[in-house]
Amino acid sequence: MNAVRSWIKSLLLVELFQGLALTGKLFFARKVTIRYPEEHTPKSPRYRGLHAQRRYANGEERCIACKLCEAVCPALAITIDSEQREDGTRRTTRYDIDLFKCIYCGFCEEACPVDAIVETSITEFHFEKRGEQIMTKEKLLSIGDKYEAQIAAERAADAPYR
Amino acid sequence: MANTHMAEPPVNIEIDGKPIKARKGEMIMQAADREGVYIPRFCYHEKLSVAANCRMCLIEAEKAPKPLPACATPVTEGMKVFTRSPKAIAAQRASMEFLLINHPLDCPICDQGGECELQDLAMGYGRDIARFSERKRVIQDENIGPLISTCMTRCIYCTRCVRFGQEIAGIQELGDTGRGEHSRIGTYIGRSVDHELSGNVIDLCPVGALNSKPFKMHGRGWEMTQTAGVSPHDCVGSNLYGHVLRGKVMRVIPRPNEAVNEIWISDRDRFSYTGITSNDRLEHPMLKQDGRWRETDWETALAAAVNALRSVHGDAGVLASPSSTTEELYLLQKLARGLGIHSIDTRLRQADFRDDEFEPVYPWLGQSLEDLEKLNSVFVIGSNLRKEVPLLAHRLRKAALQGGAVMFLNPRRYESLYPVATEINVASLDMTAALAAVLKAALGRKTAPTHLKDLLKDQEPSAPQLRVAEQLLKGERKAILLGHLALQHPQYADLRALAAALAEVSGAQLGYISEGANSAGAWLAGAVPQRLAGGKRAALKGLDARAMFVEARRAYLLMGVEPELDCWDSASALQALNNASVVVVITPFITDAMKHYASVLLPSGTFGETSGTYVNVEGHWQHFTGMTKPMGESRPGWKILRVLGNLCGLAGFEYLSSEEVGEELRKAVGDLKPDNSFTATRIVASVAPLKGFQRVAEVPLYSADMLVRRAPPLQETRDADTGWVRLCPADAKKLGLAEGERIRVSHDDASLILPVKCDDSVAAGNVWLAAGIRETAGFAPFHSGLELEKIR
Repeated sequence: MNAVRSWIKSLLLVELFQGLALTGKLFFARKVTIRYPEEHTPKSPRYRGLHAQRRYANGEERCIACKLCEAVCPALAITIDSEQREDGTRRTTRYDIDLFKCIYCGFCEEACPVDAIVETSITEFHFEKRGEQIMTKEKLLSIGDKYEAQIAAERAADAPYR
Repeated sequence: MANTHMAEPPVNIEIDGKPIKARKGEMIMQAADREGVYIPRFCYHEKLSVAANCRMCLIEAEKAPKPLPACATPVTEGMKVFTRSPKAIAAQRASMEFLLINHPLDCPICDQGGECELQDLAMGYGRDIARFSERKRVIQDENIGPLISTCMTRCIYCTRCVRFGQEIAGIQELGDTGRGEHSRIGTYIGRSVDHELSGNVIDLCPVGALNSKPFKMHGRGWEMTQTAGVSPHDCVGSNLYGHVLRGKVMRVIPRPNEAVNEIWISDRDRFSYTGITSNDRLEHPMLKQDGRWRETDWETALAAAVNALRSVHGDAGVLASPSSTTEELYLLQKLARGLGIHSIDTRLRQADFRDDEFEPVYPWLGQSLEDLEKLNSVFVIGSNLRKEVPLLAHRLRKAALQGGAVMFLNPRRYESLYPVATEINVASLDMTAALAAVLKAALGRKTAPTHLKDLLKDQEPSAPQLRVAEQLLKGERKAILLGHLALQHPQYADLRALAAALAEVSGAQLGYISEGANSAGAWLAGAVPQRLAGGKRAALKGLDARAMFVEARRAYLLMGVEPELDCWDSASALQALNNASVVVVITPFITDAMKHYASVLLPSGTFGETSGTYVNVEGHWQHFTGMTKPMGESRPGWKILRVLGNLCGLAGFEYLSSEEVGEELRKAVGDLKPDNSFTATRIVASVAPLKGFQRVAEVPLYSADMLVRRAPPLQETRDADTGWVRLCPADAKKLGLAEGERIRVSHDDASLILPVKCDDSVAAGNVWLAAGIRETAGFAPFHSGLELEKIR
């Protein structure tokens, strides 16, 4: 009996039409793939990508060299040297993040008492030479300067949930 | 003190349900600490008096209506104490809330962050949210000197620093003014905090109000590794910890050791690490070729050194710093004697070597440091104790406060900061006569020892001299100590003979306060001409530190020495070095003088960069390991000497570690016990009369050795302000000089121009001119006749 049923099924191409029906449904449905790099998937404001150091509105760097991020970093990716700047404030003389060591856990941002070190939603970066993966204070600050509007918007979006 | 308490029956109390036997009269806090029950505290400190002003240690006691401060409540029989009951915790939390009212929330920028007592306790007792919404009070900081940074806004008024000044330092440099909200800890009159132990307030301060200025904002407690070390500056051998971050010593803190430094260290020990990274560090071996210096590799430099040392066939002098490690000194003398060089010495600032033969096996204090506290009377001869060995002075201060009579015979009057029983101040060269008079008074009707008869003959004891003798004859525990000024005295042998006779007649213990960190180790290692390693007498006695420059040698080997600053007669030292055919220097630092006289420079590690052992003045061997790698290409001294030994083809230089070297010396020393009893027949004194004013030199606190001279914060202190000619006001008047006027000081062909300070502590006819400082480098001997001339 089963053999007869299967013969009829194959004669009438039932499974073919079932398959084509799915194809047809998905053909007209909304696409899930995007055309990267022209298009991007939406990201959460909590996305943890490339690091940046922020400044206050008056241009003063936020970081006060408390070294909490260095202490909390589980991958030991952060290295800080500090001293007293001429105006008496506590500042870093060196702030390096080794992005090869970094595991993008975001603990540094969580630990920071002044929101100086942040992880932006930037994901598109690469290194061509050995040593480029060390993000120095200058590099971090320049990223922060460039993307300050975006960083601020993301923090503001996340603020109600914190 | 402990013994008397032990004799009394214990008091039975109960802390948190645990039965405890407490000592009668002690506070609950002390009993709880001993039993390991922690009660939170800020103002209480075991080494200071009880203030009971922070109220953090409030506890509940049965039948007491209100919480009691554990630090100020004596134990009573049957007392039941609850440290963790709801009532106690509520009281402690309330105290914490009051403390946090004015304390700023600036932990991220505070250097105390991570090692702060307030921060730690706030984790346990603080509220999440402050209920106090009014303004916090802010205090303007004052600059209290180059060593301690202040942020008085953070102060919680525990007054530990104030009590430290009153009780430990002996001079209250910090005090509390104002009341309530207007309370301020400060110096009253805006001056700096200058006491030589003042750095200890940094450790005492439970918050970030007082911190180390050189370390300010440079690191965090949690990121540094801690290595135990021993102070390289004085004969106490203070135990300390070095905190190292990424291969650099970031700060030094005390390592508690009741037998040696208790919980204190002097500022010299605490801040000298800043000299390690001095700009004049020698980081590569250097060689002089055709009058030009060039950096070279170790092989070339060592080969040059070996050739040079071998070529002179033993006609050389070897001089080492008494702050070198025992291992280095042992290898140095082994190398020197292996090469037939017998003139080896570490007694750089000693002038009188007449009684070498009768010296003990090493300069020994005669007792332990702890015993010093219990002395009934102590007679210190020739010592600016506070500035020579600060922690030894602290022990004598404790003796004086407990009723002991501390007496001085000094060429100048010094401030002791405690009641001094008798002080005899005479001109430097009259010290022998003054001491002879004391001895004569002590002898009374007894006959004088034959070898001292000529010295005692004409003495007529004065009232203070009689008092000293009388005091030394009574009492049970007594000591006579010879300080650095006695050691540097041109009649040291006479002073020593007299002091020994005085010790014998009075039954006091004779003791020596030696120079450098390791004089005792140097003697035991054989780095003196009259002794071999292990205290054996040398059959072939070489020249001493002074004679090897007077009778110039063809070659010199120096280790950690700047002769123009460290030698008694620096002028003749420089002359001999400049005329020598070859000078090999093992040194961590390079100086202009070195560039002039040296031929080979071998860079060695300095404090924290080498392992080794120091033997302190009580004969205590203290081993330590290196904290960091030596800078640049420099190597630990013992490694350099080991390779030199190998390259010279000497046997017995196959060591793999400094411990092996130390072990070999330990075996040679065995259980040798020092004996300070003196069995000399004195060589009659013959000190040539000096022309003009007598120079008396003193090595200032922060000029004692290579390292401290390069520590910038210490050089900015008041104690480092030493470039003065000190005259008694009468002499200054005679010369028509006013304070601050410049004067030409000449000796032989050399002359200096320095400002004058009128100082009534100086004896007439004496001129005090510090040694070991840049201004007087390579000038006259420590004791010499000077011409003074006013500059028009």
